[in-house]
Amino acid sequence: MGASEGQKRVLLQGNEAIVQGALAAGCRFFAGYPITPASEISEVLSVRLPQVGGTFIQMEDEIASMGAIIGASLAGVKSMTATSGPGFSLIQENLGYACIAEVPCVVVNVMRGGPSTGLPTSVAQGDVQMARWGTHGDHPIIVLSVSSVSECFSVTIKAFNLSEKFRVPVIILSDEVVAHTRESVILPQQSEIQVFDRITPSVPPEWYKPYADNNRGVPDMSAVGDGYRHHVTGLVHDERGFPTQQPKEVEQFLNRLHSKITKGFNEIVVTKSFEMEDAEICVIAYGSVARSAMRAVRDARAQGIKAGMVQLVTLFPFPRKVVDSALRQCKTVVVPEMNMGQISREIHRVNQAGTRIIKHNRIDGHLITPNEILKYLLKV
Amino acid sequence: MLEPAEIIRQEYLRHDKKFPHVWCPGCGNGIVMNALLRAIHHLELPKDNVVLASGIGCSGRLPTYVDFNTIHTTHGRALTFATGVKLARPQLSVIAVMGDGDATAIGGNHFIHAARRNLNLTAIIINNNTYGMTGGQYSPTTPYGSKSTTSVYGHVEHAFNIAELAVVAGASFVARGTVYHTTHLRTMIEQAIVKRGFSVVEVISNCHVQHGRRNKLGNAVQMINSFKENAVQVNKAEKMSAEEMRGKFTIGVLCDVEKPVSTEEYDRVRLAAQAEANRIAEEKAKNGVKRYEE
Repeated sequence: MGASEGQKRVLLQGNEAIVQGALAAGCRFFAGYPITPASEISEVLSVRLPQVGGTFIQMEDEIASMGAIIGASLAGVKSMTATSGPGFSLIQENLGYACIAEVPCVVVNVMRGGPSTGLPTSVAQGDVQMARWGTHGDHPIIVLSVSSVSECFSVTIKAFNLSEKFRVPVIILSDEVVAHTRESVILPQQSEIQVFDRITPSVPPEWYKPYADNNRGVPDMSAVGDGYRHHVTGLVHDERGFPTQQPKEVEQFLNRLHSKITKGFNEIVVTKSFEMEDAEICVIAYGSVARSAMRAVRDARAQGIKAGMVQLVTLFPFPRKVVDSALRQCKTVVVPEMNMGQISREIHRVNQAGTRIIKHNRIDGHLITPNEILKYLLKV
Repeated sequence: MLEPAEIIRQEYLRHDKKFPHVWCPGCGNGIVMNALLRAIHHLELPKDNVVLASGIGCSGRLPTYVDFNTIHTTHGRALTFATGVKLARPQLSVIAVMGDGDATAIGGNHFIHAARRNLNLTAIIINNNTYGMTGGQYSPTTPYGSKSTTSVYGHVEHAFNIAELAVVAGASFVARGTVYHTTHLRTMIEQAIVKRGFSVVEVISNCHVQHGRRNKLGNAVQMINSFKENAVQVNKAEKMSAEEMRGKFTIGVLCDVEKPVSTEEYDRVRLAAQAEANRIAEEKAKNGVKRYEE
């Protein structure tokens, strides 16, 4: 496929494509701490951000990186950090702050083998449930995944847009294979890219209530220094932003935090289907494993097996509608993952039809191959 | 004409906020807040341009009551949020208010790195030698031998000297004041805000409820009076022997140096980066060479 007028064909690494996507989405602040296999994101942004008038800073740790991007976002600048497992553990504290104070920001976690220092240069998908539940307390959050270099670009833009629209942190789960794979991709022109910016208040400052509900369930957000002086806190707060323990106000506030994501479900959830029209057996996969799964489905089709694949781009909120219909359509569903079954448990949860679910788990630091998946498809 | 106290109350307190505040009667935090408001008033900083960030603890509640852009962050992290705000909007006056445990235990790493980094930020650390809000546990500044709810047999660790820590970590301006010397405290805070670079004011304060009571240091008045008796101006302390300084501490400006401010340094980085981007674009246009771009 050739690039048309104005488009650019470039050879990029997954981590570099995340940088391109972030810049295209309007990211102008990045704080990070060196960690394999995410460091290229920091390195390239330290070159690119000052070129476009943005700011790069290397902080003393990931806790500080997360704090800094929240501060910059409160000051009206789209912000991002990128890390891997050990750093992802450290960002969890302030990630909860971004949830409760409704501060848009994007966190990239390039997954490597764990737990702890684990396998720093090997691939894994062990942080899936952590991305959803890592920070304490019931909290809303959006988790997206990427399986290719071109998705690194497009999903990063999507992450910024959702984050700005719903005032919620968005996590991008990449993995070591996607991050370090180099592929030729066609980047669209900036004018073709849809960019969403947070909605700022239109009322005069004296009328502004920073956490008041509205028909979107997402309050208008003013930037620090724009004349709308208000209080931001990690305590549960009332619509003026001040701490409250009134049961009614607490319940209203926390319900709104969750319902804004429920209301936006259809816009947030992205999945891709491949050969699913007449599929009798399907693979549900995400991240780099989805690439192996697609190849396995092609090979199975070549041998006359009606196989298909559903790729989950959004992991949380969990795409239950699409998964449910795949479970109803197919007799068997194969779920290959580079963990002990963190998404297959979600699929079990929505399995109302009693469909057979086969887990395939690989945790040795290597990518699941197409042949491993094909074996299951041929058995049926 | 309004009295100054009345001006401060009307102009800077949040009247729509549910008072009373959370602080115990006699707490030094109110005195620090008063000194800070008077410093900002005296410097005529527009309220829209002032950002107050705090951590967790009794000191963390301070921004709630005052009418600026206020951010009550997580425990120990005020300086990290302040760093993000300052880099995003360098024209704002960003002030972080922290406690001793907040700034030097859980936030100790952020504190020394903020000093080393030398952004144009102001840090005010209220040092009351204890974790007051959680019930009086020992903090990094609890004196050796003191009693606390987690050192009932006497504290076996040694205390940080916060101001000296800031000096060696590379802060541009470091001062110490007390809640007894209120006018002096105001001028220290003013100098810290005006100073270009990372500036620190350590404020010796009293927690008679948690620290004082367990160590027989008296009530609020007695504790605050002890600051008057034990505080020695820096220039006077230089002429005193170690024996004479026993049990006493210095107040005043401990360090005031000029060094490049990283907020402004980064403008140079932007210029260099833009020049490099232009050079690559020109080279590409001239040679028609396709190379990795953007």
